[in-house]
Amino acid sequence: MINLLLFPIIIPFFFAIVLLFFKEQVRIQRILTVIGLSASIAFACTLIMKVKQDGIQTLTLGSWPAPFGITMVSDMFSVLLVTSTLVITLFVVIYSFSSIGEERERFFYYPAILFMITGVNGAFTTGDIFNMFVFFEVLLIASYLLIVLGGEKRQLRESIKYILVNVISSAFFVITVAYLYSIVGTLNMADIGQKIADIGQPGIISVIGILMLLVFGIKAGIFPLYFWMPGSYAAPPVPILALFGALLTKVGVYAITRTYTLFFVHDLAFTHTILMVLALLTIVAGCIGALAYFDLKQIIIYNILIAIGVILFGVSQMNEAGMQGAVFYLIHDMLIKGALFLIIGIMIYVTGTSNLREMGGLIKTHASLGWLFLIAAFGLAGIPPLSGFVGKLLIVQGGFEHGQIFGTIVILASSLVVLLSVIRIFIYAFWGEPVPLQPTNRKTYKHMMFPAVILVALSVLYGVGTEWIFPYVSDAAHVLLDPSSYINAVLKE
Amino acid sequence: MELLMAIVAGILFTAAIYLILSRSLIKVILGTGLLSHGAHLFILTMGGLGGSAPPVLLDGVTEFVDPLPQALILTAIVISFGVTAFILVLAYRTYAVHKTDDLNSMKGNDEHD
Repeated sequence: MINLLLFPIIIPFFFAIVLLFFKEQVRIQRILTVIGLSASIAFACTLIMKVKQDGIQTLTLGSWPAPFGITMVSDMFSVLLVTSTLVITLFVVIYSFSSIGEERERFFYYPAILFMITGVNGAFTTGDIFNMFVFFEVLLIASYLLIVLGGEKRQLRESIKYILVNVISSAFFVITVAYLYSIVGTLNMADIGQKIADIGQPGIISVIGILMLLVFGIKAGIFPLYFWMPGSYAAPPVPILALFGALLTKVGVYAITRTYTLFFVHDLAFTHTILMVLALLTIVAGCIGALAYFDLKQIIIYNILIAIGVILFGVSQMNEAGMQGAVFYLIHDMLIKGALFLIIGIMIYVTGTSNLREMGGLIKTHASLGWLFLIAAFGLAGIPPLSGFVGKLLIVQGGFEHGQIFGTIVILASSLVVLLSVIRIFIYAFWGEPVPLQPTNRKTYKHMMFPAVILVALSVLYGVGTEWIFPYVSDAAHVLLDPSSYINAVLKE
Repeated sequence: MELLMAIVAGILFTAAIYLILSRSLIKVILGTGLLSHGAHLFILTMGGLGGSAPPVLLDGVTEFVDPLPQALILTAIVISFGVTAFILVLAYRTYAVHKTDDLNSMKGNDEHD
């Protein structure tokens, strides 16, 4: 019993409520948001240390004993994701100061972000499947506001589709929970895992497993449920796109990982093979998209798909190397996608367009931006010693150990496509004949560069400092592979 | 009784899917409303109907209704109410800006915004 694990959820929530009272004072809003996020990061780091030292932390709300009340559970996997979520949000918020525009800031931009973080962190932390639905709704409703904020013609058109898709997927979530409840008669995730182990996963549980994959797959954007993503994500301004791309899809990935390592682990040949095939198809679809478009936003959005495929392939292997790789790659991808979106945001700001064909020769005027992009691009593709390398290496190792030669080769080939797709951006935008640019404010440019540089630096550190980070990742993978440790931690109290 | 409820939920789902597949935005929204109604009824049914007493601890009461599905349905109703209100406002704004509620003419891509 420890209250610490609630702080990264409660603090953003509290600050979001306070911010609502300062609608017109943009300055106060900015300061309070940064304070709130920094405080949450401090608590999240303390929590990491606590979990590293004492193992899984649990909290039963209202002191109802475990299977009856709502349980919050922080294992290493969830707390690592909570921390990276907060760090990325902090830098995206700093980036927004100079790029989102005062109009949007006055219409509850910061409170919406903080409410969304409440939902994201809650979904990562909760140990109750229905509570996870509630936190999903919290983050979705905040994201509805963020995606439509500004009310441009294109935003309205795309956000109505985004919302409809998510409303339908939420209805499926409720239906899935109802099915699950009718069979196991409990909502506590540890208890569900226990009960499914007791009855040995009959066919109906596998059906529920596929339904869960459908529900979370729509959020994560796996094949063939990603159809809504490229259109919707490209509509809002870049900081919001960065938050969505770095965080929201990862919540879906987290939920798939959690349910597929805790609930549906007794019929791996069926459920995890389907997961693996879908992951590989997601990679292929992402590769096609990433090469097909000449639009900066679309190229990086399709790269999200590739990353999700790679992570879920690692998860579907269900062995130590694969799982460690998946956890490592998941956090790497959050950092690097956040950084890349911020960088292309700067490129769009400088050139005034997101069309690669209308760019050129940026290296002459914005050399630092060019090199920053190149580092981030190499990190994304996984060139050692940058952060993408270790995760992918472990996933590939896991794939070979599991005997999935074909799938692993697809993963390796996808790295080349990723590299090609981002180097194409570099060649088109930074090399070639300089295109005359509209004069832009140099000071704004510097302010936008600052958070992007820090995020890229963090991701480089994450890659170079693997030696120090790896024990945490290995702990996370250990709990995922050994559901009984999760179950015991929750049910023993 | 469970069978009847399941059939009712099924009918709601059928109607919802029919509406969601139509082109008019407002019909799609009504469809999502029906879909969540169906899901709520479904939760209630899946918890098992029956039990003669309300779920309050009293002496001598052993046969009581499962309170959990009721708690779930209440939460889900509130959420779907909020989301439906939001989506209706959004649909109105979209209609005002785009001058149409035909989803076919809202496809749009980079070439014709």
